[in-house]
Amino acid sequence: MDFQVLLQLTVTGLAWGSVYACIALGFVLIFKATEVFNFAQPELMMLGAYLAFTLIAGLKLPFILGFVCALVLVALVAALLEMMVVRPLVGEPVLSIIMVTLGLANVLRGLTGLAWGYEELQFPSPFPRNPLHVFGAAINQAELFTIVATAILLIVFLLFFKYSSSGIAMRATAEDAKTAFLMGINVKRVFTASWVIASVVATVAGVFLASLTHLEPIMSFTGLRALPAIILGGLDSIPGAIIGGLIIGVAENLAGFYLESYLGSGVREITAYAIVLIVMMIRPYGLFGSREIERV
Amino acid sequence: MSVTRFCVRSYRQDLKVFASPAAKISLVLLAVALLCLPMVAGTYVAFVSCVCGVSVISTIGLNILTGYAGLISLGHAAFMGIGAYTAAILSSKLGLPLVATLPLAGLAAALTGFVVGVPTLRLKGLYLVVTTLAFQFIVEHVIYHWESLTQGDRGISLPDPTLLGYKFGTYESFYYIILAVAVLTALFAKNLAMSRTGRALVAIRDRDIAAEMIGIHVSKYKILAFVVSSFIAGVAGGLYAYLLRLISPDHFTFGQSILYIAMIIVGGMGTVLGSIVGALFMVLLPEALNAISGPLASAYPALAPRIGGVSAAVYGMVIILFLLLEPNGLFGIWIRIKRYWKTWPYSY
Repeated sequence: MDFQVLLQLTVTGLAWGSVYACIALGFVLIFKATEVFNFAQPELMMLGAYLAFTLIAGLKLPFILGFVCALVLVALVAALLEMMVVRPLVGEPVLSIIMVTLGLANVLRGLTGLAWGYEELQFPSPFPRNPLHVFGAAINQAELFTIVATAILLIVFLLFFKYSSSGIAMRATAEDAKTAFLMGINVKRVFTASWVIASVVATVAGVFLASLTHLEPIMSFTGLRALPAIILGGLDSIPGAIIGGLIIGVAENLAGFYLESYLGSGVREITAYAIVLIVMMIRPYGLFGSREIERV
Repeated sequence: MSVTRFCVRSYRQDLKVFASPAAKISLVLLAVALLCLPMVAGTYVAFVSCVCGVSVISTIGLNILTGYAGLISLGHAAFMGIGAYTAAILSSKLGLPLVATLPLAGLAAALTGFVVGVPTLRLKGLYLVVTTLAFQFIVEHVIYHWESLTQGDRGISLPDPTLLGYKFGTYESFYYIILAVAVLTALFAKNLAMSRTGRALVAIRDRDIAAEMIGIHVSKYKILAFVVSSFIAGVAGGLYAYLLRLISPDHFTFGQSILYIAMIIVGGMGTVLGSIVGALFMVLLPEALNAISGPLASAYPALAPRIGGVSAAVYGMVIILFLLLEPNGLFGIWIRIKRYWKTWPYSY
């Protein structure tokens, strides 16, 4: 095993893993606050990346300005979707909630395809193209930026949840929405806030992912691989989601490189799902998830 | 049942498969119409009807798992794919006839269903959903990359289906085989739902711990639901393979799995009639969409490669609107209309 190759693969894996971690954070956040599992999360990521693309490459805005505008637009879309589509179904059976978000995912994917087409688009990456040489391994700078930026973002959000009053309100709602409501927390606002935050984090993930690769509607299937990350970490654990994302990112990159000759070229895409199947057989509530005690 | 009964009936009446003489007469009329359909309509209509039939069979299978037993599966298309590829490989490489390949297609899928079912016994809700999703993607991968067996994305072509020495080479003739299997499946599902097994499944769906306490062997029935549902999916997949003549991995994707769930939601969860109506609705919807998107594409040629987005979006909208406005599906609407006329003019 070549050390340089291993290092290179691990860094790439960590970069993808931090993208997964961002998407996963959004999933867990919405799930914790509203008990809704948002299958449209990858589509929100995609929408964010496409909006950023149009603002930056189409309208020639400076990168940072276009990026911020895209964040605001996606946050607005997410808030609207939450209020119009998802909120009426809060408290309904799991299937209805899953299906409404799957339906939403279809709508967003279809409209994105209709608006931007299905061909690959080159995202105007703001990162320097020349690779960095570390211990003889060539490391893509965009990957390093992705890792550092998402790490900072995730730390900011963890601090926000722990110390700010809005963050505490969100955690209280996640713990027990009814009691939180009785304590005077505006639960509806918390629901919307969780969608807004999730969509903002997803857009960041989408922009980084588009910089690492390119833009195309199949991107949402890449985002869907954050699902195994969440299941791995346990549905209701934010640190679990982040660690799960990193594990999946690194594992699929290594498997993609070392197992491809044995298992065929698409092995990278399904590593995450294979890991999930194995973990579910051993720990049916994920690595860090809390075990629910059920009563009749 | 989420739809409440609207008049008091005796238990014996409740147990009947066909509730009233009126139901029997309308069924006979429907049967005649279905039998005559390929004779009066063209090849294209026959083909679309065949697709409807396959979807009806498959949807009934999914409804047993999801509608009755409450186990959500995002991998139904994968089970169909296993059935389809079993039928395709057995008939093209070994030359087996339809009577052998169809049951074997079902068995292959049922065996996989058993293998998937056992480890998922401990899983609930979202964990189960994501596990079946993982299963879907892995099956897709295997079909795509096990080239020596499945010929990857080039697909496998099948010979003409033969039954008892007769060739069913045209859509019009194959239609009758699909119709027969669909009717058998519907009758089986209806009987299953009314039997001890069906009630056990519903009890598990509504509260599995309570079901276990009243003496239902939960894991046995969950496995049974998986096996029966995947068997039906496998048979539907086998028929689909014979219908299309050339199957490729594209026919059994994640998107298809979502489509089948959409069918049971649009039709009505946990009802056989709902599965049928939902499948018909979701198969005929793109046909109606084609009528719109065809002229649209010729009017704006620049949009042509993007038109696919419209149907995806419309599918999504249909799912959302049904969930928000009519959670009991078309079946629920039907029940409401029926109740309105039965109790007219005192509809309150």
